[in-house]
Amino acid sequence: MSTWSRFNIVSIIVGFAFLYLPIVLLVIFSFNESKLVTVWAGFSTRWYVQLFQNQALLDAAWVTIRVALISATVATVLGTFAALAMTRYTRFRGRMLFSGMIYAPLVMPEVITGLSMLLLFVAIGFDRGFWTLTLAHITFTMCFVAVVVQSRLLSFDRSIEEAAMDLGATPVSTFLQVTLPVIAPAVFSGWVLALTLSLDDLVISSFTSGPGATTLPMKIYSQVRLGVTPEINAICTILIGIVAVGVLIASVVSRRREAQRVADERAAFAQ
Amino acid sequence: MKSLGSIRRSFAPWTDPTSKPFISFKNVTKKFGDFVAVDDLSLNIYTREFFALLGASGCGKSTLLRMLAGFEQPTSGEIILDGQSLAGIPPYKRPVNMMFQSYALFPHMSVETNIAFGLKQDGMPKPQIAERVDQMLKLVKLEKFAKRKPHQLSGGQRQRVALARSLAKRPKVLLLDEPLGALDKKLREETQFELMDLQQELGLTFVIVTHDQEEAMTMADRIALMAHGKVIQVSTPAEIYEAPNSRFVADFIGDVNIFDGTVSSSEDGKLQIETESGFPIRVAATDAPAVGAKAGFAVRPEKIKVSREEPVSFGTNAMRGEIWDIGYLGDMTVFHVRLPDGKVVKASSLNAVRAVEDPLGYEQEVWISFAEDAGVVLKD
Amino acid sequence: MSRIGSAIFNRLVIIIPYAWLLFFFLIPFVIVLRISLSTTAVAMPPYTPVFDLAEGISGIIAGVKEFSFDNYIWLTEDALYAKAYMSSVIIAFISTILTLLIAYPIAYGMARAPSGIRPTLLMLVILPFWTSFLIRVYAWIAILKPEGLLNQFLMSIGVISEPLIILNTNWAIYIGIVYSYLPFMVLPLYSALEKMDHSLTEAALDLGCTPISAFWRVTFPLSIPGVVAGCLLVFIPAVGEFVIPDLLGGSETLMIGKTLWNEFNANRDWPVSAAVATILLLILVVPIMFFQHAQTKADGEGR
Repeated sequence: MSTWSRFNIVSIIVGFAFLYLPIVLLVIFSFNESKLVTVWAGFSTRWYVQLFQNQALLDAAWVTIRVALISATVATVLGTFAALAMTRYTRFRGRMLFSGMIYAPLVMPEVITGLSMLLLFVAIGFDRGFWTLTLAHITFTMCFVAVVVQSRLLSFDRSIEEAAMDLGATPVSTFLQVTLPVIAPAVFSGWVLALTLSLDDLVISSFTSGPGATTLPMKIYSQVRLGVTPEINAICTILIGIVAVGVLIASVVSRRREAQRVADERAAFAQ
Repeated sequence: MKSLGSIRRSFAPWTDPTSKPFISFKNVTKKFGDFVAVDDLSLNIYTREFFALLGASGCGKSTLLRMLAGFEQPTSGEIILDGQSLAGIPPYKRPVNMMFQSYALFPHMSVETNIAFGLKQDGMPKPQIAERVDQMLKLVKLEKFAKRKPHQLSGGQRQRVALARSLAKRPKVLLLDEPLGALDKKLREETQFELMDLQQELGLTFVIVTHDQEEAMTMADRIALMAHGKVIQVSTPAEIYEAPNSRFVADFIGDVNIFDGTVSSSEDGKLQIETESGFPIRVAATDAPAVGAKAGFAVRPEKIKVSREEPVSFGTNAMRGEIWDIGYLGDMTVFHVRLPDGKVVKASSLNAVRAVEDPLGYEQEVWISFAEDAGVVLKD
Repeated sequence: MSRIGSAIFNRLVIIIPYAWLLFFFLIPFVIVLRISLSTTAVAMPPYTPVFDLAEGISGIIAGVKEFSFDNYIWLTEDALYAKAYMSSVIIAFISTILTLLIAYPIAYGMARAPSGIRPTLLMLVILPFWTSFLIRVYAWIAILKPEGLLNQFLMSIGVISEPLIILNTNWAIYIGIVYSYLPFMVLPLYSALEKMDHSLTEAALDLGCTPISAFWRVTFPLSIPGVVAGCLLVFIPAVGEFVIPDLLGGSETLMIGKTLWNEFNANRDWPVSAAVATILLLILVVPIMFFQHAQTKADGEGR
């Protein structure tokens, strides 16, 4: 590939440095002995120790995880249904409105989504707390799931569904035995995306949660407003570490699977 | 194999007015919005027939097959299978199975689970399923590959899995949608004969959709040539090649030379046509057009002889021209001979001997000739 | 095309997500609109409802008569709001252009990279997106502070003698938006550039274009769908951004997301914040519909 010029390489390196340097610095300074985030004063893990003694923080983390697991799961079911509706039924009444409601939340400023949901819960007299938070998260993450699954369905070879029906499977059993297993990887990535978005969300959560349902981002935010401390760096480092390990595992697994597939194909053509 | 050949020769239920068709399309029309995919089409297919739907893409042949499988509903008209109307019967309740162009193998299932899929849907007991799957694997010679996934197979092996899967339920009719399209030429030719043997062995009715005329000619008992949603001609391969019913068919199947002109005399089934090239030709015609009418005479290249001397035998048409192009194809040579008015006639001759003394060369003056019954008269 | 099958299953697949989104996404907007037309009250909830549903149709008619545009009048009278809307749009616009300028060379370099390393590069672009938005914004505070890492670095190599004041200015907001939204710009650009046939550029060069004119006359025009998608993905959320101006911007930085947040949480004026949200939505409705249109078209092509 002679077309990969020096200019291309430099722009990628500079771009990636821009993307990663802030995160790297943040991680480094979480191990700083000093209370100042910007002056290096030696290696220490004392902020991590302090972190695990902070009960409020641990509670918030637990709330966040529960909300994320429930909302990602429900959002995956709803989002997969929505993706099926969008790709399979090209004509039904109100389809324009439907696709609008799928795409709009992807770009809608969070303050608007958050405020409007809060006002809904107030209007129907639903006390704000864990469940309102979960409902709100389901609503905005299901649209992301729908988009991920939809893009898989668009490249889906419909003839394998026809083959299943031709061989005697009813539409429902075709869906369960053929469609779902084939799109499962996309559904799973949708679930992971929904989980991450939910774990991450600050603005919508702040509007829709109530007493006793403080999430980790809300907790971090209120501390950040008071100033930058190594303790926050430590929380952030742990969160980044979890994500990094998760992504690493996922990529190793998928690379190994890909290598297996390539080897299989070679073997198949060799005979 | 000898006996199969003789069965084939005598197999012609469509000529027997008392035999009942197994599949009937009755005035079937299918529209997609404004587009008419199948246009008021009627067609009969008989038990144990190997029937080919041939045509260019978009002629409606696949739509016809998909209506038989139940994936599309006719806009009007009806389809009858074994005396029963198929209207309103969903694909999963029809006694037909289909082999898909893309093979449509379930990517997450092994070869044997793919083959067993249809049997499982019918609730067949497990030991019987296992037995049938073994039988099918043997039939398509894939016993060693039972545990493999589709992506671990070569193209030809996938094709055979698809075939085994569609045959596992012992359907009354097997539908094949461009079954050999994804295979390379050599494998395709081998598989054609395998499919024919299989069809004879199992005694099934096969309906195949193809755009490849050689494939249709090789395999089918009868071919329906389709265009614009209509059937243009239904005949045996020999009839459709030697006696095309229209200019379209003559042109579509194989190579053809058409001499256009005006009928100048017609008597006793013999016709004289004054061709536009200036040479009168005498030809045999069963259903002769009137004197003065426009007519064309269609002759296949291999029926035309190229020679240096003027042919003398009685009843032969001869024209003088010049060799314009020579194409050497190995088994035969194709000559393009230019007539004085500029019309180019294709003639082919078999290369029966390895080396010809003094072969014909470019720009050589030659005679082309053909017998009076070497082609058919086209009235349109 | 085939419509055969159990109708109930088909219906449910549409009805369940449809009903969910109607109830939790669309109806809330109707409520926002309704509250923006009511008057402030010192109570909980702190507004007087316009409609009393218990009174049925007559209640609604009576309610419509009581529509109050006071909140909107209030928004036009106080120049603060107009300024906030204006500066939000301007900041979002400048940030979008900056993001495009930075993302294009990256996406172009990735699309031209040897195909073996492309998946890795793609993963590296997506990876920061998986880490918390809040964390990524937070990381910049320590860098941009007057005594922060950037100034320490620049002063140590002698480029500057006085620390630059970046944090709490619009520049910090631009950096924050560019940084946070960069993957959203790179991905659509990359997918547009990657599927482009490289022989097109070669054909242009063969026909006498210089590399630069081949870029402007062939490559760039073909990547416009990606440019449009990327710009919309950055611009629309950036207009209503709250976290970035709040953490990186200064006290004099006006952005409407922050204004709305303050109006709601600090002033507890729900009707006014609902009116602020309604107008923000009106500003964004055209780009959002444009985005939806582009998405639907892209899906149609993928089919």
